[in-house]
Amino acid sequence: MSELFDKGAGSEAAEVEVSLNGVGGSLASGVEDPGSSPFGDGLDPARPLSASGNLRRRQLASRAAEAGQTTCALLAVAVLAIVVYSVASRGASILSIGFLTKDPPAILGTPGGGIAPAIVGTGVIMLIATAIAMPLGILTALYIVEFAGGSSSRVLRMALDLLNGLPTIVIGLFVFGLLVVGKHQSGFAGSLALAIVMLPLIARATQEVLLLVPRSLRDAADALGVSRWRTVRGVVLPSAIGPIVTATILAVARAAGETAPLIFTTSIFANTVSANPFGRQALPNIPVYIFSASEGADPYGFARAWGAGLVLLTFILIASLGGRAMLSRSRSRYSA
Amino acid sequence: MVARLGIDIWKPLHAARGRTTDRIGDGVLYGLCMLAALLVIVAIGAIAYQLMNGAASSISKFGLGFVGHTAWKPEFGIFGAGVFVYGTAVTSLAALSLAVPIGISIGLYLSMVAPRRVRGVIGPLVETLAAIPSVILGFWGIVVFGPFLSSHLEPLLHGVLGFLPIFGPAQTTGAGLFNASLILTIMVVPIIASISRDLFLSVPRELTDGAVALGATRLEVVRGVVLPSAASGLAAATFLGLGRALGEAIAVTQVIGAGSAIHASLFDTGDTLASRIANQYQGAATSLQISSLFYLGLILLVIGLLANAVAQWITRRFDVHRLAAR
Repeated sequence: MSELFDKGAGSEAAEVEVSLNGVGGSLASGVEDPGSSPFGDGLDPARPLSASGNLRRRQLASRAAEAGQTTCALLAVAVLAIVVYSVASRGASILSIGFLTKDPPAILGTPGGGIAPAIVGTGVIMLIATAIAMPLGILTALYIVEFAGGSSSRVLRMALDLLNGLPTIVIGLFVFGLLVVGKHQSGFAGSLALAIVMLPLIARATQEVLLLVPRSLRDAADALGVSRWRTVRGVVLPSAIGPIVTATILAVARAAGETAPLIFTTSIFANTVSANPFGRQALPNIPVYIFSASEGADPYGFARAWGAGLVLLTFILIASLGGRAMLSRSRSRYSA
Repeated sequence: MVARLGIDIWKPLHAARGRTTDRIGDGVLYGLCMLAALLVIVAIGAIAYQLMNGAASSISKFGLGFVGHTAWKPEFGIFGAGVFVYGTAVTSLAALSLAVPIGISIGLYLSMVAPRRVRGVIGPLVETLAAIPSVILGFWGIVVFGPFLSSHLEPLLHGVLGFLPIFGPAQTTGAGLFNASLILTIMVVPIIASISRDLFLSVPRELTDGAVALGATRLEVVRGVVLPSAASGLAAATFLGLGRALGEAIAVTQVIGAGSAIHASLFDTGDTLASRIANQYQGAATSLQISSLFYLGLILLVIGLLANAVAQWITRRFDVHRLAAR
């Protein structure tokens, strides 16, 4: 309480008297000296309430804080705008049909060419990662909601959160040790690493959606004597499938830009189109392509990396904004 | 009547066959769900095991002294994590000391100051900042942001605050701890902003209304009511942001300049645990070097898990308290 009004506590005795009519000042004087009568000597009850200098100062401090908060918000939006503009303006000049459909030039330091292998590779890697993470995520969420008791569901949720908080480079190292050391890099190793990134995202979101499925639907199915798996298949999942798909899209948007899990699992690749995730060769992909170009010194490589960045950023922004819009729409439908 | 319709009223309600498939279906569903859940637990254990296994030869050679040892000389087979522990600590702390006040301010703006319509635009935009892939942010950081820093901001800071050793003379490329800290700030701000906005929106309306009725200005409401009642959540958000900053590998690798020595100046190059792992991805020649990378990963795993565990512990512990108080 006292801290709340310390700004309001008048420091000079003269001001306390004057500001007794001011809202903050009168309260402050009461806090400072509870023994004094509210109708002290200097007070004229008929005097109009007016802001004292003290109140003005408090208002000013408050306004200044608001201005600071607004500036921070605008700063964040400005950074977003600057980054997106930088990528768009540098990437747009190289973007063309050829850029999307051609291989990069075989010789370093030459202009032209495209990023077709990286686009195809990223597509294949993401498809496999989704095919691994989506069913596992949904099943884990079903276990938490439908089967697990209090303590095991708490442990599982904690495990998912820890998995989600793991540095993604650590996940990359894990798959490197599991599948690559002593063998070779592959698109599948990259997919597995990204699947581990996506799994907790999908599982946690699905679990929250499943909890929103109205109790009455489950009760109705139970009352009809429907077995558990038919209830899940016929009632629970269909009524939650929209948000589950949305959560998956958001997870894909997050994982598609992840580079750290890929640099140890599928980074040393030839620049030709390949769609074989299980081959002896790593699959080219957009994030690693940008990363290695940015670590290099080839100006044409930089230009292609900006183009690749624009392609990736466009995909991710569409997926994540679209996913968010779908999510907020389905949320409002549930609560309605 | 019933007989004419061909209905046998004495027939059992369930066909026996249906019951069997039901039982099998239930069992299969339970088994699959159980398996998936077990896999999640196993995955965490396997990650820890794999890192320890990979790091084994480095651990047996260098022991725990590895963590503080500041030499990383692959050509002599000497490895130590000291420089990277230092780089990780400096960049994460610098990033947090900027991102926490900025993120909380944005949270306050979005929950208390902004008009409803503006909220609906700026909130998603701030969250979109988190969706930018780190590799693109890092690329921007070294090509666009770095030159700006080295030609404008770093000379300015050196001129004004140059008496502090951390603001040494500017470097030519703009790659260094300072750039990395700012890039990490950009990544952590959206996390703290969106969590703190949700926290502030959940502060009971009676409390803020009460303070306003007592004549408190908005700043006084924030300082006296909103921040104290959201304090534990903000602490948890800070640790989540710390976990993110500690573990970011790619963007930091691109902008930190891969230095192998400790410099007092923030404008100098350095390396973090995560970025050292990332920039050795093609250069690891000996098995001892690979093992040392795993050792770095193990250190990262431990501190990353700690940061997240602390965040969870705070949330659980203080949410319970708050619920009990109501």
